[in-house]
Amino acid sequence: MPEVDLSVTLAGVRLKNPIVPVSGTFGFGEEYGQFFDLEALGGLCVKGLTLHPRNGNPPPRIAETPMGMLNSVGLQNPGVDAFIARELPRLQALDTAVIANISGNTPAEYGQMCEKLSQAGVDMIEVNVSCPNVKAGGLAYGTRPELCAEVTREAKAHAGRTPVMVKLSPNVTDIVTIAKSAADAGADALSLINTLRGMRIDPETRRPILRMNTGGLSGPAVLPVALRMVWEVHSAVDLPILGMGGVATARDAVEMLLAGATAVGMGSAIFADPMAPVKAVEGLENWCESHGIAAVRELTGGVKPWEN
Amino acid sequence: MPIQRDCTLVAKRQVGPNTWQFTLEAGEMLARTRKGPGQFLHIACGHSRLLRRPISVCACGEAEGAAFLSIVFEVRGEGTAWLAHREVGDTLDVLGLLGNGFAVTPGGRYLLAGGGIGVPPLYGCAQFAQGKATAVLGFREAGRAILLEPFAKACEDVFLYTDDGSLGKQGYVADGVRAVLDKDKNFTAILACGPKPMLRGVAEAAGEYGVPCQVSLEERMACGVGACLGCAVPMADGSMKHVCKDGPVFDAQEVDWNA
Repeated sequence: MPEVDLSVTLAGVRLKNPIVPVSGTFGFGEEYGQFFDLEALGGLCVKGLTLHPRNGNPPPRIAETPMGMLNSVGLQNPGVDAFIARELPRLQALDTAVIANISGNTPAEYGQMCEKLSQAGVDMIEVNVSCPNVKAGGLAYGTRPELCAEVTREAKAHAGRTPVMVKLSPNVTDIVTIAKSAADAGADALSLINTLRGMRIDPETRRPILRMNTGGLSGPAVLPVALRMVWEVHSAVDLPILGMGGVATARDAVEMLLAGATAVGMGSAIFADPMAPVKAVEGLENWCESHGIAAVRELTGGVKPWEN
Repeated sequence: MPIQRDCTLVAKRQVGPNTWQFTLEAGEMLARTRKGPGQFLHIACGHSRLLRRPISVCACGEAEGAAFLSIVFEVRGEGTAWLAHREVGDTLDVLGLLGNGFAVTPGGRYLLAGGGIGVPPLYGCAQFAQGKATAVLGFREAGRAILLEPFAKACEDVFLYTDDGSLGKQGYVADGVRAVLDKDKNFTAILACGPKPMLRGVAEAAGEYGVPCQVSLEERMACGVGACLGCAVPMADGSMKHVCKDGPVFDAQEVDWNA
């Protein structure tokens, strides 16, 4: 049997395989680069960037949940300029796609960051309109179609030839409406889902565990929600999707591809097992081989829904 | 540089109510990742829980030609309850050794200040000081005291305090630190580990007597390696540092105690 072709193309960017650690779970790659060769990855989404450095939220920022976790990190990052100067050169030296994730307080800030990152030569820009942990901007841009469109247009206008992927929030009534607004405004790809807003409370103190009271839920618990949303968006919008949310294993990745994803993000699963992305790449190859799949891209959207 | 390893549980002992001491076979982990006393392990606690549990190293070294690590932990929730049910011969999925330990130098004179489950990580410091350390250990009550014998053997002096006076003197660890410094403040540093209010008290005492102080902090943690920025602690200069990568040990003066 010939080798399985694991490569996929996401908005014109070729990834050697579909597995991509997602923003906020992987820093700037340095930490997990101690555990495995980052070139084993299709690409990586770096920690969410803002125009200016941000300190993030006060602790506690983490709460465990059944098969998942809440976080309220709040976009702590050194700012886009420091990223370009201090982190990007090391990442660009690697044979893997670098996806810069950005959040702005205003549409203009998204534009400014896109210009800087495009000139710096990142492979793709992921526009975060869905961070639940910041007060200004963030989630608001991801829950109102007209604002999502405005941010997308601004990003596209300043990103040059760098593809723009819009990261969608699941905290909406109908994710397809938002997805369409991003698509109509010129997005090259979509990534979904960001975290679901959630809360935990310490019954003894009656205090929420998180200092910010609420945070974003991720981990295996959210996989079914992510699959459903990827499936809905893939069915309605003609854009490639980076599918993410609760993916921990190769089997989860296969499901995500079948639901309609072109590439698959992995996040909190890496906290449980730093080798999870590498194992997923290997597992995906084995799965394809044992199922007579010559190229992993054949799986995208391959789910056979029941006719009801 | 941390590594991931399946470590065999070679000895298990209950050392207090809900408190267990595990000895783990450490293999190459020790030689490759050991920096000093006060580092921690990030241990997977079963497949039904996403997050690992950070647990400080109590002691490590070589015994009968094999490298070992010992940890002492208290059952506080589901993860540690799962851990307490492991038996000798089981393997644990461990990331380690993580973080930076206490900054100690050979020949230094150290005052160890530990409270409750914060006592075990200081045992490595006591061993490092080769019998010359002084320890102030505090517990809620006599029944919860742990590691008294090992500390008695490893230290020059041990002063015990309990909240209710059922063992040693009634009072807090910071009271004990003040009592020691009143007579003799010629210490290289105070090394402290315990609940945050205790650490704040010890840091204040250290400041009053002008003795350097290092504190080992705890925070809810996800990745353990510095990637997720979950375990943030506010610093006095307004910046954020992270327990897993920058700590768990910090200079008491750089911590924002009012945050």
